[in-house]
Amino acid sequence: MAAAAAGPGTGSGPGDSPEGPEAEAPERRRKAHGMLKLYYGLSEGETAGRPPGSDPLDPTDLNGAHFDPEVYLDKLRRECPLAQLMDSETDMVRQIRALDSDMQTLVYENYNKFISATDTIRKMKNDFRKMEDEMDRLATNMAVITDFSARISATLQDRHERITKLAGVHALLRKLQFLFELPSRLTKCVELGAYGQAVRYQGRARAVLQQYQHLPSFRAIQDDCQVITARLAQQLRQRFREGGSGAPEQAECVELLLALGEPAEELCDEFLAHARGRLEAELQSLEAELGPSPPAPDVLEFTDLGGSGFVGGLCQVASAYQELFAAQGPAGAEKLAAFARELGGRYFALVERRLAQEQGSGDNSLLVRALDRFHRRLRAPGALLAAAGLAEAATEIVERVARERLGHHLQGLRAAFLGCLTDVRQALAAPRLAGKEGPGLAELLANVASSILSHIKASLAAVHLFTAKEVSFSNKPYFRGEFCSQGVREGLIVGFIRSMCQTAQSFCDSPGEKGGATPPALLLLLSRLCLDYETATISYILTLTDEQFLVQDQSPVTPVSTLCAEARETARRLLTHYVKVQGLVISQMLRKSVETRDWLSTLEPRNVRAVMKRVVEDTTAIDVQVGLLYEEGVRKAQSSDSSKRTFSVYSSSRQQGRYAPSYTPSAPMDTNLLSNIQKLFSERIDVFSPVEFNKVSVLTGIIKISLKTLLECVRLRTFGRFGLQQVQVDCHFLQLYLWRFVADEELVHLLLDEVVASAALRCPDPVPMEPSVVEVICERG
Amino acid sequence: MEDDAPVIYGLEFQARALTPQTAETDAIRFLVGTQSLKYDNQIHIVDFDDENNIISKNVLLHQVGEIWHISTSPADKGVLATCYNKPSDSKVLTCAAVWRMPKELEPGGHESPDDSTSPAHTLELLCHLDNTAHGSMACVAWEPAGDGKKVISLADSHILLWDLQESSSQAVLASSASLEGKGQLKFTSGRWSPHHTGTQVATANDTTIRGWDTRSMSQIYCIENAHGQLVRDLDFNPNKQYYLASCGDDCKVKFWDTRNVAEPVKTLEQHSHWVWNVRYNHSHDQLVLTGSSDSRVILSNMVSISSEPFGHLVDDDDLSDQEERRPEGKSQEPPQDSVIATYEEHEDSVYAVDWSSADPWLFASLSYDGRLVINRVPRALKYHILL
Repeated sequence: MAAAAAGPGTGSGPGDSPEGPEAEAPERRRKAHGMLKLYYGLSEGETAGRPPGSDPLDPTDLNGAHFDPEVYLDKLRRECPLAQLMDSETDMVRQIRALDSDMQTLVYENYNKFISATDTIRKMKNDFRKMEDEMDRLATNMAVITDFSARISATLQDRHERITKLAGVHALLRKLQFLFELPSRLTKCVELGAYGQAVRYQGRARAVLQQYQHLPSFRAIQDDCQVITARLAQQLRQRFREGGSGAPEQAECVELLLALGEPAEELCDEFLAHARGRLEAELQSLEAELGPSPPAPDVLEFTDLGGSGFVGGLCQVASAYQELFAAQGPAGAEKLAAFARELGGRYFALVERRLAQEQGSGDNSLLVRALDRFHRRLRAPGALLAAAGLAEAATEIVERVARERLGHHLQGLRAAFLGCLTDVRQALAAPRLAGKEGPGLAELLANVASSILSHIKASLAAVHLFTAKEVSFSNKPYFRGEFCSQGVREGLIVGFIRSMCQTAQSFCDSPGEKGGATPPALLLLLSRLCLDYETATISYILTLTDEQFLVQDQSPVTPVSTLCAEARETARRLLTHYVKVQGLVISQMLRKSVETRDWLSTLEPRNVRAVMKRVVEDTTAIDVQVGLLYEEGVRKAQSSDSSKRTFSVYSSSRQQGRYAPSYTPSAPMDTNLLSNIQKLFSERIDVFSPVEFNKVSVLTGIIKISLKTLLECVRLRTFGRFGLQQVQVDCHFLQLYLWRFVADEELVHLLLDEVVASAALRCPDPVPMEPSVVEVICERG
Repeated sequence: MEDDAPVIYGLEFQARALTPQTAETDAIRFLVGTQSLKYDNQIHIVDFDDENNIISKNVLLHQVGEIWHISTSPADKGVLATCYNKPSDSKVLTCAAVWRMPKELEPGGHESPDDSTSPAHTLELLCHLDNTAHGSMACVAWEPAGDGKKVISLADSHILLWDLQESSSQAVLASSASLEGKGQLKFTSGRWSPHHTGTQVATANDTTIRGWDTRSMSQIYCIENAHGQLVRDLDFNPNKQYYLASCGDDCKVKFWDTRNVAEPVKTLEQHSHWVWNVRYNHSHDQLVLTGSSDSRVILSNMVSISSEPFGHLVDDDDLSDQEERRPEGKSQEPPQDSVIATYEEHEDSVYAVDWSSADPWLFASLSYDGRLVINRVPRALKYHILL
């Protein structure tokens, strides 16, 4: 049994060893489990699913708690063959022997230890007995000492009291001596200039003298003192007034005077008056810097100068004042505030004058830095003198300057835009060198757009300096809110876009033919520019602005859509105006050609008139020009042989038939039935109708205007037979070349038809030309 | 208040010339002259019966040529003047003549009951305004409110003042003036001012408007570049002596104060093509009528520059219905200038519009295809102006 109990301690059991390392792992795991289970209070029996071989209740487990040798033997005998039984027997015997020898060693060791412990205890008993005796002796000695001590103190009691009294008398005598010496000491101090010392002495003595002034000797001292003090005060004032010795010393003087009990109010005034003198000198030097003549230092230097000189001085004065006259209460503070306000106002006026000189310059960073210094410097006195409102005033100045800067930038942007336009005009007006095309319209447009955009960006960047984090005033509510939204976004960006639109629109308003001063190409370019703004640029710029200036203000801002609508309207007006101007140019050509010719005596047409070729050429040129900037646009499906269409000659003969020579009085409503019916089916042609943003629409507009002019002019003339034929040829020629430019070729047919019909009506002898001949002439020419 | 539908009358020929019968103040009567190169031209005298909405007409033959301009004497109902093209082989010359209608057609007479059968009457020629030395006649204008003896005519670059003598049978050139300048200057239109006891005439040539004093035949004022393009027509405000309206090829109608001609007082841009005609209403000068080759006639209400700018300030208590709608009516701000109506009955260019001389609420417009349309001012507006 002993062997079994010691078993787990000595090593692996016999059952385990043959299984080798494979069995070791589950064993270890079980151990860990066991500890966990122990911790959680689970008995082994409660755990389910254990491998059956390791059941601790197994009586055959040699190392188990419930080992039963009988059962074990039984099991062995039953299960194992003889050879194995023999093996296990020898094994077991070997183990038992080993266990026996171990146990003997243990018992032997324990026995030795026990014996040495007994020896130690015996020795201790002896030592303690000796110690007890010595303690008793100590107690008796202490009692004797206490007795002696009590006796000594009783004898010394009397003398101690006398010594105390004598010490008191001594002190009193010293005080008296101080008093008697006081006048001479004071005089000496005054002579030496040690005013501080003198005042301290005087302060110490004053109360005593006051108390004992009924005694004649003290009285005398007091009088002396007073005389000296008066002299002292006078000297102090003298020094104070001389003023040259700088603020700290003055402050000291004042402090001493106060200590001498001089009237504070008077001192206040005097102090401030002196301070004023000094500060005014500073201001004057600043003003001198400002000068009437230009060699003023740059604005940064100026604000530095003002900051260190005036503001620093004011700070000193204020802090000294507050220290010295703190006892004065609100009245004193009010005085200081008024003082600061007045001088501050003058300082601001100077600064503003200087800043005004800066308005014209372009460098924002210097200005912002100067403003920053200015503002930063004033925050200190601002905290010191809240009542004077210097900080608010300074902020106001900064805000005003910021606003003015915005205005300045807006002006700059406008000027830049106008400059761009001038450049474009020059580029357009520049004579084209032979063989070398000038810059194309598209290129000009890109130049203008990018140049304006870069200007806008530059302005934004410049203005952005005002809101930079490190600038002291950038967290003021104005700069966080209104400046961003109303100032930059509305005032600068929106304002610029609006003014751009207005400038562009003003080109449309130039009256009539004098408007020819604006080259049509410029109108076209501006129109495209505005359209581009409408589609992309405006929203881009505004997004950029909003991003840079994180607008927090809730005040309403112009929405992008409104601006876009304005830009679109501008673009539309410009394009419409372009159509009018170009239409007018061609119209004038046609009109002159109709008005100046003698149609009655003209010869039989052999050629298309040159003016018609010119019209077609010009129209083609316009087409190319517009094509550079605008998309093609949609046109109605064309009949394949539209160019082949010959001028309907019968249209004129039909007109003839319509006006049959009937003099029968006609009832209302029955005439012109034919023509009316014809017109019912063709839409009314709006000649100067608004155009869309594409090439075809623009060209359609121009051609409509031109042809309508031709029609009206033809109606004012009378044609001979050949005159009519010439019109026929011309119209056919136009027909051949113009249809391709317009959205709906029917329109050209209709108008040209009407021209020919009108010419036929205006001809007393309408003999139209053979269509084939017309065609031949047109093809030849 | 429903407005009456417009009344339409058609001619067989193209037509440009239209005038009311100025001397007639009872019957609503318009004269229309036709333009035909192949057939005899006619003058249609169109009578309109306002109550029955019926048109009746008489046709006069005008055989000398196509009529470009027509005007009637302010004194004698039977006398009229035309500018017409004289057909010739190689040259077109526009002449002017003064005519008398046949007696039986004179107003006050009767309506020819059987005009379908009656032969066309012929005009009786009173005299020619001899222009052989001066060029083509553009228009003839009678002295308004005169005795029908003074006429001006515009011939190319000349302005001619004629005295009609011996019951208009003889025209004597009283005085003349001419434009000088480079290029071919040509008058397009002229009007005689009803103010200044008939001593002022305004003319238009190219883009310029000029004022003339008929006593000295000298220029009084000159509006250079009044319109961007050709000035087509002008008219004087009948109630405000310095006000003048003009229209032209730049699609605009402009109103001028002749004392300060640097800027127009007002500009309208409502038409989409050349404006050929502008006419003030004879009694209510806020009503302005314009006709254009975009085939539209537009009636505008130019209250802000009229002689009665705020409407009548009399109490309109009787107009209960309107009063109820806007009780603060009297203190309202002045009404705005506006387009009263756009008339789209025409299908061709409208070259002439004019008010009736008898009924201030009625006007006619004539388009090239020979359609004459008679319209009325909308009733609501009429009552608003009257009451």
